[in-house]
Amino acid sequence: MSKYLVDKFLYTVDRDPELVERYREDPRGTVTWWEAECANSVLNCHAGEASTWLRFTDEEREALAAHDHVALFSLGAHPFLTLTLFIAMFERDHGPLEYQKAFGARLAHFEMPYPDIAT
Amino acid sequence: MATVVAVIASTHHPFYYKASTATGEDRRPFADEWVRKITAFRETLTRARPDVLVMVGSDHFHQLWLDNMPQFLVGKAPFYDANFYNEEREFGLPRMLLKGQEDLSAHILRAGLDEGFDLAFSNELRIDHSITCPIITLRPEADLPIVPIYTNIFAPPLPQPKRFVQLGQTIRDIVESWPSHLRVAVIGTGHLSLELGGPRQFGPHGPDPDFDRKAVEWIATGDLERCLAEVTLDSLHSPGNATHGFMDFMLMMGVAGAGQKADYVDSLDLFHTMEAYFTWYPNGVHQ
Repeated sequence: MSKYLVDKFLYTVDRDPELVERYREDPRGTVTWWEAECANSVLNCHAGEASTWLRFTDEEREALAAHDHVALFSLGAHPFLTLTLFIAMFERDHGPLEYQKAFGARLAHFEMPYPDIAT
Repeated sequence: MATVVAVIASTHHPFYYKASTATGEDRRPFADEWVRKITAFRETLTRARPDVLVMVGSDHFHQLWLDNMPQFLVGKAPFYDANFYNEEREFGLPRMLLKGQEDLSAHILRAGLDEGFDLAFSNELRIDHSITCPIITLRPEADLPIVPIYTNIFAPPLPQPKRFVQLGQTIRDIVESWPSHLRVAVIGTGHLSLELGGPRQFGPHGPDPDFDRKAVEWIATGDLERCLAEVTLDSLHSPGNATHGFMDFMLMMGVAGAGQKADYVDSLDLFHTMEAYFTWYPNGVHQ
């Protein structure tokens, strides 16, 4: 399980306008590229000083590649990161608050306690 | 010594800026009432005539990230740029630049460390909407120097609620021991019940109106005893998955002092979350 890495994907994509569009248009390709090229970057360090051990589980990779925010919630991805990025990608296709409400409705089967988000 | 002329606790709602500036068809039906309430709330700061603002908030995974996450952090810089691309994108927030009160930052860091809070610091901090929202609502001129203080209400493991209260009490003591003639307002923002990215988000009210009613009562009456008895890290999951932001309100109750009734209390029931506004004047209103 690499909840931290899932969060790192959501975080780094969300803060980059070009990556937001790229992930919207080509989720599987973006996830593959990101895992190969960016997953091990230490964000505050020189590129030559990367980590060596970070990779997604198959389940995490598939959830990201499928834009499956319900699966991400069940895996314990930080819901603020997921929500913010998915609003950026998909709110534009819907009326006011329509996407946000549908996003919540798709999670209606989750009961307390929600999946643990601690990393 | 410096004087704490006002203590202000508020929700921070990133949609206020857009809602309050929208016109024509884009203006939502609740906007006028919201603007009226904010304008009245703003007056509670203006009348205290502050020179410096200590601003308590929480970074929303903007500059602070899980590879290096501080629990409590004090900014110490001459300037703070503000708001991030994803806040412009989602909320329409403007880029801002605020001056820093660097000598008060240094004083808070030194005294905080000496009082048992191992505070992190930042000499280059870009602040986000947890601090710019109250600037926009309470001091839109953005003309006063600030000391930003960030708390972690976002990335578990979190400090215990009592630690937020203790930090608030300590901040009050530290500001009042600052050798300065300046008038300081301490402003902090948090949340009542709130759900983000979960099944209860964006409902017609906040996810837990009962919690909101109790929380407003605790804050308005300064009832730290009952608040601390009922609120735990575990209990805060129940009103909504982002309700740990309530601990910033608890910090501000610590700044105001146990048993201190707020001099000004207002709230507004909006979709998604309840807005709440509190002001204390520790030395009276005409100072």
